Amino acid sequence: MIPVASETAAKVTPAQQAPVEQAHAALRGITRVYHTQGRSLHALGPVDLSLARGEFFSVVGPSGCGKSTLLDILAGLNPPQTGTADFEGKPILGVPDGVGVVFQEDACFPWLNVRDNVAFGLRRAGVEPTEIKRRVDYAIGFMGLKDFAASYPAQLSGGMRQRVCIARTLVLQPRLIMLDEPFGALDQQTRLIMGDELLRLWRETSATILLITHALDEAAMLSDRVGVMSTRPGTFIDIIETGWDRNRDSRVVSTPHFGGITARLWEKLRVEALKMMSTSELRSP
Amino acid sequence: MRSEAVLRFGIVALLVAAVEILCWLHIIPVDVMIAPTQMAAELIKILVSGEYSADIISSIANVLISTVLSVMLGFVAGLIIYSAPSLRAALEPLLASYYAVPTFIFYPVFISLFGVGSGAIIAIAVLLAIVSMITATLNGLDRIPRVLRKTGRIYRMSRIKTAVMIELPSAAPYLFTGIKLSVAYSFIGVIASEFILSGSGIGYAIAYAYNNFENRHMYALMLLIILLVTGVNTLLNGIDRRLQSQRHR
Repeated sequence: MIPVASETAAKVTPAQQAPVEQAHAALRGITRVYHTQGRSLHALGPVDLSLARGEFFSVVGPSGCGKSTLLDILAGLNPPQTGTADFEGKPILGVPDGVGVVFQEDACFPWLNVRDNVAFGLRRAGVEPTEIKRRVDYAIGFMGLKDFAASYPAQLSGGMRQRVCIARTLVLQPRLIMLDEPFGALDQQTRLIMGDELLRLWRETSATILLITHALDEAAMLSDRVGVMSTRPGTFIDIIETGWDRNRDSRVVSTPHFGGITARLWEKLRVEALKMMSTSELRSP
Repeated sequence: MRSEAVLRFGIVALLVAAVEILCWLHIIPVDVMIAPTQMAAELIKILVSGEYSADIISSIANVLISTVLSVMLGFVAGLIIYSAPSLRAALEPLLASYYAVPTFIFYPVFISLFGVGSGAIIAIAVLLAIVSMITATLNGLDRIPRVLRKTGRIYRMSRIKTAVMIELPSAAPYLFTGIKLSVAYSFIGVIASEFILSGSGIGYAIAYAYNNFENRHMYALMLLIILLVTGVNTLLNGIDRRLQSQRHR
């Protein structure tokens, strides 16, 4: 189906004003400070964010602004210093049930073939073998890995290994899928195709998606909303609604509206990137 | 067979053939070395007669015990050192220079502790082999990608399950390198110690044959050791190649 991109102008909603009462996942007043070798590094916050059920939200920001820390907090991997994080109305105290994460780095288990990689989480959770087979077959087929089910990760390209990781997350039927720069190591064409597959997955599963990315075009093409973060300590300086139709795909990149969103994102991010660069230059010897 | 394997086999065959010809032409005198074919014939003879069976069994048992002890103790020591960074920082220079110390100088200590026999032999072999396992364990644990541990946390796996189902398989190729080295060092430690610390074993039998001018027995037993080590190494290399091929294609 040809995507219908909304031609309405991008709207800006300050993150602080997002309604959190009915949110699928929410962060309120989150901060994170790291203490290393007697020094403190204020990495994140204060941050407020609410994700609506079934929305596709992307986070962009300069390097080191705390994007991945934000994901880690929402995934229950890293507790915040202050503030609260909720998922489906319950406070996040560890990794919540119903959450799946895809990392930038290759997280395939090299000693397992594709089928066993995808089935790993299900076996660990004690799911029935027939159900495992059904779900794994579906996920492998969905991600276009049917002919590679018996292959080992070392036999696959970077893009295919990332598909294995997405399939491994998909089989667990998470209600919130978080992706930390999942296509960062891939070339532009593969990234566009993987973006289409991610949108297809999002439509079919109706999961809420949080995507951390440094690629403005990726965020502009994939998301319902894009949060722009400041330099460290990262806070949301803008949240842009893209207005895309749910049936969009990578062909939206040729529309003027896509250019408008990307330009708006860059306008906000350019200032922050320059700030980050000047800070780095000051720090370097 | 791959071309490099053919070349390797060819070089060994050529060297053996050269020694064979030199022996038959008496360029190498018979009281210095017997021909490889005679070594093989003599080996078959002593294996069939069972004359050295007790020595062979004793050596193999000592190598096995030394390997198992050094692998287990080395792995546990590696885990402890890995989990205590300050201990590791203190020990790492010692581990790095460990093989500069000739372990055999400690044989009087072990004779005093265990007496002449298997105890002292195994102690020296373990002392020789254990550090290779400690180093391999540290190397393996260092190379577990952080993202795999993070994946374990996403699956809400306990610390023990993460260790068994993710960390151990991830470190397996490096641990196997430690096992391979432990086997090799155990062989060296056991056979060499038997020359000086034992009244039995293949090393002792070789020394005995040498002292009594029994060249045929001495060379047959030396051939046996070469064949044993080559066989074990070929088997371990095969497993190693299988492990590595899953990860690097």
